[in-house]
This record gives sequence, structure tokens and C-alpha cells, in this order.
Amino acid sequence: MNLLEIENLKVSYGGIQALKGISFTVAPGELVALIGSNGAGKTTTLKTLAGLLHPAAGKIHYNGISLHNIPAHQRVHNGLALVPEGRGIFARLTVAENLLMGAYTRNDATHIGADLDRMYALFPRLNERRTQLAGTLSGGEQQMVAMARALMCRPKLLMLDEPSMGLAPMMVAKIFETIRNISEQGVSILLVEQNAKLALEVAQRGYVLESGLVTLSNSAEDLLGSDEVRRAYLGA
Amino acid sequence: MNLGKFPYCKKCNAWRVFAVLAIVLLALPFVTDALLGRGWVRIADFALLYIMLALGLNIVVGYAGLLDLGYVAFFAVGAYNYALLSSPQFGLHWPVWVVLPLGGLLAGFFGVLLGAPTLRLRGDYLAIVTLGFGEIIRIFLNNLNAPVNVTNGPQGISMIDPVQSGGISLGSTQQVFGITLPSVHLYYYLFLCFTLLVIFVSLRLENSRIGRAWMAIREDEVAAEAMGINTRNIKLLAFSMGATFGGLSGGLFAGFQGFISPESFSLTESVMILCMVVLGGMGNIGGVILGGVLLVLLPEALRNGAGPVQQWLFGKTLVDPESLRMLLFGLALVVVMLVRPAGLWPSTQRRRELSDDDDDVVKQELESVYGSSK
Repeated sequence: MNLLEIENLKVSYGGIQALKGISFTVAPGELVALIGSNGAGKTTTLKTLAGLLHPAAGKIHYNGISLHNIPAHQRVHNGLALVPEGRGIFARLTVAENLLMGAYTRNDATHIGADLDRMYALFPRLNERRTQLAGTLSGGEQQMVAMARALMCRPKLLMLDEPSMGLAPMMVAKIFETIRNISEQGVSILLVEQNAKLALEVAQRGYVLESGLVTLSNSAEDLLGSDEVRRAYLGA
Repeated sequence: MNLGKFPYCKKCNAWRVFAVLAIVLLALPFVTDALLGRGWVRIADFALLYIMLALGLNIVVGYAGLLDLGYVAFFAVGAYNYALLSSPQFGLHWPVWVVLPLGGLLAGFFGVLLGAPTLRLRGDYLAIVTLGFGEIIRIFLNNLNAPVNVTNGPQGISMIDPVQSGGISLGSTQQVFGITLPSVHLYYYLFLCFTLLVIFVSLRLENSRIGRAWMAIREDEVAAEAMGINTRNIKLLAFSMGATFGGLSGGLFAGFQGFISPESFSLTESVMILCMVVLGGMGNIGGVILGGVLLVLLPEALRNGAGPVQQWLFGKTLVDPESLRMLLFGLALVVVMLVRPAGLWPSTQRRRELSDDDDDVVKQELESVYGSSK
């Protein structure tokens, strides 16, 4: 059974339809990329899944249950974590406090400490910066904070919104290495990216989103090789 | 820098500092009385009331980042609750240990009432709505003398019972262990107890899960929601907790003054309390207390000092001290904000944020990105 199943999802901002009925699935342990240009509806999809936007129509099934009318905070409690676009870190809290906020919905205090240590092992840079204000970190480090924070709720499905945004190329490589690493640990990942090549290189499957509709879906390998994707997104 | 040693010293000296502080606070009314006169003990009482108010507003503004310009309304709710339930106005004389908590609860309820419609508002827009709320309460109190006289309108309510319990009234001089304690001294100790309680609650909140949730909402509300924080409830909790402190000090104020009228709850008061929070250091309990003390003492010091200083400088009083007072006060506020934009005593985090010592962060970042490729 799929971990996430989306059927004919429609979302509007006022009168403007941002998603015109998309359907896709994420299987347990899978890394799925959602690629597309500006305004295709990628962020809208993730925000709707996180419960920050409300769909006009369509079904979202997560882990066998319908997410209809389930508020954002309960979705996190059920292991659906979002790393928002532009990172959305808490600038005036320390790195450690940011990570603790990620564990907000958990009440098993003993395991939280162990998970903190796991995060510091996964992101050694953050270990050095524990007591530093998150807002004073570099963009790449902030992205690490945002990812570690989302992992602190022990997600079943991690949703990443443009993790490469505004980062130096070397940093992007590091972040994607970590994404691969997290995926290998068994966490399902839904990755939204403008950088189609990078996303498809780490993903197993991909969907191409164009002005609110899924226009292509295939294995990441085939998408990377397909002429349409190459022409539209890879500039070749 | 010896920052590494700092926590150690802090720990070994904590009790000594604590003892000295306790003695100073206990002796303060007597010393003030002897040196400056009884009027200044009264000012100290007001300083404590304002500290409670400022700490309450600090929860809303400092922790949760919700700009509230109508905070004095909760002070008014607490004060009128006390005044109506223990004065000849309705002939009610309820015991103070019922009236004070009730005032806090009622104010907390009003906090939710204000919070609920403003949940989607932020920044400037929230400030305008809260400002309106503050004015609505004041105007209500001003006009609620017809058709049924509830609040006695602009005349206010007088002859409010002093804080009393078990036959002991704080409104008159009492003998305790052979020491004569005038009314203002008694109120000083009562207010001190409540202030310590408010400080204790604030401290516990600051380092709690709820406190962190407030700060997360202050930093980024969408991200906070994505972390699983029920932003609606947590914001309402901030409003009602802050309001409860306001209502509590309102009740104490009514008992202490014996007379209240809507005039005491004007917008200026809200702004004054906000100034205490911002000037002292938003989000830092020590800073907010400092702000409260200074903003109560400074106008009084200027009132009493501006005349003599002019006499001494020019040989005569050129400007009426009363009109000079607010001018100098405003000037002081402007200067403090220019010189110390994060407040007089900012929280360590704010201070770090505004300092320039993150050069090495940038350097390390560059090294890790480009150095590792070599």
C-alpha cells in the first residue's frame, strides 16, 4: 500500500486555480521528486499536504487515513513533516532550540535527547553551532537546521520544498548528499525542486508539474533521459 | 574572553546575591521613607504594580511577538472587578482572596475575547485592533452609568475596600513583631510578593515547551504551524496569560488606591507599559523589570528634581517642572533607543543577534564549502 495517495487534488487562491486536479503517490521508503517551473503548483501541493492550505476538491490519503479536515498540527503528530520553502527557521532561537521545536509534538523526553544526538551526527556542522542563533548561520547551515528540525518529529514522510534554493553549488551538493542519506535510512521523501537534474538524480520516481497539472510521470531515470524534460528543464 | 568561567561564578555567588537582594528589597520602604519621604514609598508601590503589568505584556509582545496596544484594558477589567465587588457601589464586600483571582480569571477571559478575532492579524494590523479594544473598554466604563448605573461613569468608584483579610487591613497602620508598618509599607510587601510570583511564573514559562512555542510563533508562524504547534490555541494562551497578570495587578491597584475612574486606563498607560517592555529589553525578564522601575521613577525624579536643578543652574525656575517633565522623559526615551536599540538589558540572544561577531561564521562557512574541495 502507498504511504501517500493523492487523487484529483484541486487548490485555489481566491479565484485562481493553482492545482487543477493532480494525482500522485509515494510508496513507503521511496524518494519522489516533484519538478516544474515557477508557478507550476509545487509549493502549493506541499502546503496543502501539510495542512497549511485547504483543498477545494480531491482526496489525500496518508498512511491509510484521509487527511480531510485534519489540522496541520495533528498531521505533524502523525509523521508528516514539511521543510518549508525558504527554510522558515526560527532566527532568534538557538540551533538546539530550533531542533527541540521539531520534537514539539512528541512527549517521549528520553528519546528526544537521543534523536538530538543523531541529528548532530548527521549534521556535524550543527553540533558546532548548537548554542548559536539560527539566524546567524549561513544559508546552507540554515537548510541543515530546517531539515534536522523536521527529522526531529520522526517523520514517516519528509516533504522538502526547494532545498537548493539560494545556496552555493558546493552546499547544494552537500544538502543532496544528506537527502540521499536520509532516504537510505528508510524515510519516505517527497522532494520539490526547480533544479530538475539534481532532484531526478537522487529520486526513484518523478512527476512533472505544469501550471497545476501533472504532465509527465515516470521513473527518475527515464525522466532524466526523456526529450521533453531535457528540453524544458535541463536546457539541453 | 572568560565566558567559560562565567556560569561557574554565577553559581557560587548566586546565594550571596540572592541574600543581598532580599535584604535590600525588604529594607527598601524603610530606607526610602527615612531618606526621601513617604511619597517615594508610594512610588515604589506603583513601580511594583507596573513591573507586574510589564511582565504580563512581555508574554504577549516579548515572547509571542504580538503587538498589543490595548493592554491597559485588562488592568481596567481587574480593577473594576475589584471595585464593583468590594465597595459601597453595589454594597458588596467580597473577600479579597476571591476577588483578586476572579479579576485575573476575568481578565484572562477578556484576553481570549480580544485574541479570538485577531488570530489572523499581525504587526501593524494587530496593533490597531488591540488599540481599538483598549479604547472600547475604557469608553464602556465611562458610559456604563446609564440606563443602569454600573460603573458610576466618569466619576469613578470611590471608597473601595482596602486589601484586608482576617480582620487585618492593609489600609491602616499595623504593628508586626513590634515594628510599626504604615499602609504604604504593607502594600509594598504585598505587591512584592505578587511581583515575585509573576516573575517566577514568567521564568518558568520562558524555558518551557509553551514558552518555546510562543517564540517559534514570533519567529515564523507558518513554520511554527508546520512544526505541529496549534498556533491558534498557543496564541490565545499568550493573550490570556498576559491578561491574567494585568487583571491581577488591576485588582491590587483598586485596593491600593481606594478610588478608580476610567481616566486611569487611557491609551497613554498602554503605551507606557509597552515602553517599559521595549526600553528594558523585550523578552528578557530582568530587562522588563528594569524598564518598569526606570519608567516609574524617571518622571517622578524629573518632577521633583527639575525645579531645584533650574534654581541651581539659573538662579530661578525658567520652565515649569511639570511641563518640562514629559519633554525630558521623551528625550530620554529617544536617546535610550538610539544608543541601545535592543533595550537597556536585552536578552542574551537579542544581544548576540545585534552584535557583529559572526565574521568567523562566514569564514568557517567559506572554508567548509570551498576548502573541502581542495
